Order: sequence, then structure tokens, then C-alpha cells
Amino acid sequence: MTLVLSLTILAPLIAAAIGIALHDHPRLRDTATLAGLGIAAAAAFMLLFDVASNKVAVVVRAGDWSPELGIVLVADLFAVLVLPVALSIIFAVELFAIGQRRTAWGANPELAGPLLGVLTAGVSLAILTGDLFTLFVSFELILVSSYVLLTHQGQRDQVRSGMTYVVMNLLASTLFLFGLAYVYAATGTVNLALLAERIPELDSGARLGIGAWFFVVFGTKAAMFPLFSWLPDSYPTAPTTITAVFAGLLTKIGIYAMIRFHTLTGMDDLGPAMLIIAGVTMVVGAFGALAQTDVKRILSFHVISQIGYMLMGLGLFSVAGTAGAVFFLIHHMPVKTVLFLVGGLIENHQGTSDLDRSGGLAVRRPLIAALFAIPALSLAGLPPFSGFIAKFGVISAGIEANAVPIVAVALTAGALTLLSMTKIWLGVFWGEPAEPPAAERPTRANQRIMTGATGLAVAGTLAISLFAGTLFDLATTVAEDLQTPGTYSSVVLDAQGGAQS
Amino acid sequence: MSIALLLAVGTLTSVGLYLITARSLSRIILGFALLGHAAVLSLLTAGGPAGKAPFASADQTSADFANPLPQALALTAIVIGFGLTLFLLALARRQNLITGDDLVEDDLEDRRIAAEESSEP
Repeated sequence: MTLVLSLTILAPLIAAAIGIALHDHPRLRDTATLAGLGIAAAAAFMLLFDVASNKVAVVVRAGDWSPELGIVLVADLFAVLVLPVALSIIFAVELFAIGQRRTAWGANPELAGPLLGVLTAGVSLAILTGDLFTLFVSFELILVSSYVLLTHQGQRDQVRSGMTYVVMNLLASTLFLFGLAYVYAATGTVNLALLAERIPELDSGARLGIGAWFFVVFGTKAAMFPLFSWLPDSYPTAPTTITAVFAGLLTKIGIYAMIRFHTLTGMDDLGPAMLIIAGVTMVVGAFGALAQTDVKRILSFHVISQIGYMLMGLGLFSVAGTAGAVFFLIHHMPVKTVLFLVGGLIENHQGTSDLDRSGGLAVRRPLIAALFAIPALSLAGLPPFSGFIAKFGVISAGIEANAVPIVAVALTAGALTLLSMTKIWLGVFWGEPAEPPAAERPTRANQRIMTGATGLAVAGTLAISLFAGTLFDLATTVAEDLQTPGTYSSVVLDAQGGAQS
Repeated sequence: MSIALLLAVGTLTSVGLYLITARSLSRIILGFALLGHAAVLSLLTAGGPAGKAPFASADQTSADFANPLPQALALTAIVIGFGLTLFLLALARRQNLITGDDLVEDDLEDRRIAAEESSEP
């Protein structure tokens, strides 16, 4: 299993290198990228089945150094639940990108494929890493490739919003570095397993200071209120495939890190503050979405609103709440990505994603309408889709904890989400058919690839709805482990390095 | 660990923060360079007192060493910071080519709100 774990990080990186070397051979380059991402996703699924059936985490010590000094990669149940979802999303998006890139809205294929590989390696590393500094490095790996992906076409809007995006995230990264210095000064380690033992022993001022500091750092990455302004501005300007990956993964990695760090170090005292911010984030995101008239901008604001739900689950600091947040994370990543991919399909058929200038797509392209309806209803939280179970999990945990105000806010934000999904439906799919676009349209074969990739991703979201019971049980196990002090530490520190293959 | 290092961290941080609130991109980039240095210095400070170079040999024990771990972390952070500064410079250059200045532009929502306010009687 050691090799399988390493493949989730190495395969996309190697594919990226091959992709750059073969930049003159589109077919070979695309095949290499797809193969790298496919291998990584397959390895992630193998890890999931291994860890879920053996109930033993896979721990790899790079270079066989002891955990105090070296880099540890930990595939515990939480990591292997999130990893396959994240990697298969990227695979579907790359498939879509291969269909789309020959049109006006596609990304530059020479750069986008390899950079997506680097981003994937960063995502795998961020999910698997067992120390805070490697988390910083993996964040940088993700962010640097995202900076280039966002701005590589060099258009005016992209440079303008890209600047905001880079500056906000760079500030968060710098704060992360300061936070690392504080943590090292206070505890003498950056290893998460050791931090889980040492941070609770600090006096409450230092402990809460570290907790609040990293809440801000991870919160900026996750786009929580009031640190979200960079997101709705920058995401819609990128090519659709890029936006789909960003919306599905980047903010979620922030939330993943927060769930990991704040439960591990026992930051229960920060719970009330988290709940307040969660509530405001939900409402601001939902209202922001209502004010927009462009499909991609509406969806971008929903990224923010949904972050609030995950934050709420974490802020409750109970097993039920954490389980809700973990399941919400797994549900939200594919659903959000699919919605952006459908946004890309709409853009390809109408020439625009502006609601005022489109309409009647349900008649002309019923398949796109169906592909939109399923994830949209799931996002709004209607049964029987995974969104219902995710919201039900978080909200019932809120009721259990007697947190009435946040439950009321969450229900209101859910209704507002449904309202703006209806708005997209009315604007794009119903009404008078709009003029067909004058701009170049993808060839029939490319359209098939794009629709096929979207269909694959929708099938993925349906699979999550179908296996929701099993997944929720697994999420509850994850939450029990996370809320029990010492579980993670004993897994990491007692494991014999590299011997578990 | 010395007062001088801490003062340096404080000065770099305050000057850096002041610079990144500016409207001009070149100042923001300089601000980030300074903030990055401040973060790296504080990482070094966190490693404890200065000591000899950390080579393991017969006549040196670990008590004489400077702590090598924060140094390794600081080096990694310096490399990343260097690359990002270059990227920011390239982005600012691109903006300069497109708009002819190096000012941060208003975002879309700000512009919409400003337009709606000015259109009201």
C-alpha cells in the first residue's frame, strides 16, 4: 500500500512533466495527463477499500525518518474518504477539458493539462500529509498552479481579478508561515500527531491564539465571511474547466485542513465564534447569489454559502456535527464541479452564461437540462439526493446541540439556494429560445466528449446519493475518531514506518 | 533569540503591512517581499538560540548545534516566496501592458454599486 499511496502524489506529477515535454504532440500529451490522473484516482480508490476493510490507516514515513523530524503521509479513514472523490473530479474535468479546449472558452491546452497535474499532486499531498509544514508546501503547490491557471490567458478581467486572488491567498500563505513559527516556538514540532498531544497542554491563551490564527488562515482559503471577496470576482473569469476544479476543490481543501487541525488540537472553545461566522457566511453567499444574473457568478456565490454549512458542522464540535461536515464535504465537491461543467455546456451552446441573453435550452438540449437539474436539486438539498442527507446531517446535529439560531439560518439559506437555482432554470432552460451563438462551436465529437464527461460526473453524484447510508456511517466513524483525543497520534506514532505494505 | 531579531520581525511586518494596503501594485509586491522576510525570520527565531553549524561529528554534541529543523523550513519558505514574487511581478507587468498603469482596479460588485448609486436621482 506504500506504493499505492505514493502514486496518488507522484503519478500526476510525472504526467505533468511528460505533458510539458510533449507539448507539441496534443494527442500524446492529453493521453499522458489523463493516464496520470486516472492512475492517481484508481490508487485513491484502492486506498479507500484497503483502509475501510482493514480498519488500519496506511502510514508512510518518507525516507524512514522518525515522525518528529521527517515527513509523514497518513492515509486514515478521513483522508481516504475525501481523496478518491477529489481525484475522480479532476479526472472528469480533464476529460471535459479535452473536449472543450479547441473552442473559444477552453483553456490553453499546452499549459492547462500539466498544471492540472501539479494541482492534483498538491491536493493529494494536502489530504495525506501528517505535518503542518508539508500542508503549507502543498497549499503553495495548489495555489501556484491555480494562479497560473487563472491568469494564463492574460485577458484584462483575468489579470484584474487574478491580482486580487493572488494577493489575498499570498497574504493567507504568509500568515500560515507566521503561524508555523508560533506553533514551533510554543511546542517544538510541526508534526500533527505530536501537536495533538502538545497543544492541549499549552495555557489557554497560547492555545486559543494558535487556534484562531489557523482559523483565519484556513478560513481565507475556504472563503468564509468576511474573507471571501476574492472568490466570486475571480472564479467566473477563468475558463469553465478551471473554475470547475477550483470551485469543487480549493475551498474544500481549506475546510478539510480546518476540520483536521481544529478537531485534532481540541479547539472546542472556538465553536461559538465558528457558528456565528458560519451563519453569516451562509446568508451572505445565498443573498449574493440572488443578486447575480450570470450562471457562473451565481454558482460562485453558492460556493461561499455552502462553506457555511461545513463550518457549522465543525463549529458544533460534536460527533454528529463533524460527521455532517465530513459528509457535506464529500457531497459538495462533485456536485459543485458538475454544476460548473453544465455552466460550460450552456456557454458552449448559447455563446454566453448571462441569464438575460439565454433561454429555451430545455427544448433544444433536454439532455443539458437533465444534467443541470440533478445536481441543482442536490445542491438545494431536496430528497432523495445527497444534498438532502448532507444538510439533514448538519441541521439535525444543530438541533441535537440546541443551537436554534444557526439551524434557523441554515434552513433559510437552503430556501434561498433553491430560489436562485430556480432563477437559473427560468433564465436558461425555459422561455423563448435565444439566438444561437455566432462564435465558433465545438465539433460534434468534442461535444460528445464534454457531455459524456459531465454525464460521468453526474453519475458520480448519484452514486454518492445511492451509497449515502454507507458513506454517512463511514463519516460518523471518521467523526468519532476525530473527536476522540489520541486516536490520530497513536495511529501515526505507533506505526512502524513503511512496513505496512 | 535576541531582541534585535524580534525588532527586525516587527519592523518588517509593519512596513510590509503598510505597503500592501497601497493602491499601486509595485508597492504591494514590495510589501509581500518584506512580509515574507518577516515570516522567515520569525520561523528562525522560533528555533531557539543560535549555535554552531549542525554537523554531526565526534567532537560536537547536539547541545552545541543551532536547531536545524526551522532552518530547513525557512529555506523552503524562501524558495517559494522568491517564485511567488516573480510571478506577481510578471502579473503586474501584464497589467501594465493592458491598462498602462499599475493600480489595483475596482472589483465588479464595487463598480455595479457605484453605477447604481450614481444613476439614482
